[in-house]
Amino acid sequence: MELLARAAAAGTRPDPEALIAAIPYCRHLGVTARLEGEAVILTMPFAQQLIGNPILPALHGGVIGSLLETAAIAQVIYETSAIKLPKPVDITVDYLRSGRALTSHAKARIAKQGRRVINVHAEMWQEDEMKPIAALRGHFLLG
Amino acid sequence: MSEVPADFFDSIRDRMSQTAYFAGIGAELVMAEPGKARVRLPYGPHLVGDPDTGVVHGGVITGLLDQACGMSVGLTLREHRPYATLDLRIDYMKAAKPGEDIFVEAECIKVAHEVAFTRGIAYQDSREAPIAMATGTFMMTSMPSSKVGD
Repeated sequence: MELLARAAAAGTRPDPEALIAAIPYCRHLGVTARLEGEAVILTMPFAQQLIGNPILPALHGGVIGSLLETAAIAQVIYETSAIKLPKPVDITVDYLRSGRALTSHAKARIAKQGRRVINVHAEMWQEDEMKPIAALRGHFLLG
Repeated sequence: MSEVPADFFDSIRDRMSQTAYFAGIGAELVMAEPGKARVRLPYGPHLVGDPDTGVVHGGVITGLLDQACGMSVGLTLREHRPYATLDLRIDYMKAAKPGEDIFVEAECIKVAHEVAFTRGIAYQDSREAPIAMATGTFMMTSMPSSKVGD
């Protein structure tokens, strides 16, 4: 991505906030990013277009998967200073609790970095980080 | 399953196509039969995950697979029962071509007492060239407010 290549050329770390703001689908979901130490934290306020079950109401499983996958990608880019987006190879999402009509957060950590493939774990929570609502494990190919 | 009344499928179809996330990305249900569903998503700029290439975000594929797999469960049941995704495993075979429709077909393999097992496939030109495949497990939730795993 152009903004990642510019950061690499300038010798600076990628800016997760600018990265997420540049991705149209993240804007559709209302996702923003900030740094907390070396961790990229994503935030997604509750909104109508995120609903999967209108009766509860609950977040759509696809929205939960999307936020977790984005957290994984953003953390990999920040840590590796990649200039291309890592490609998902496979992901497993465990749905632990219902996603309620609240602001959600997600962050990821690299479990194992190989030369081409990275194993990433991500978690998503709402009010209490100690009570995750979903977790992802996935492999991503470096671009 | 032929004795399942047609209006049950109609009500499933209506409920599913009114799902806010699903409708919000511009997707539609194109086929529903006992235990099987097919959805279509026309390309749109709001789906893009890589602004350099225009390729849709992997999360969009995840969303379609979750929706279609969940629908296949609803289309297997003979009554309205609440259920929630327990886990979803997705293999991404290749990037979706920008500018073209994405289709997802899902099938419910088995509904046990508490759990339902599904398979899903995402493709553009043909099912023989999938862009992603999914295995989804769903948990029957006895109460609308119950939380899976709590």
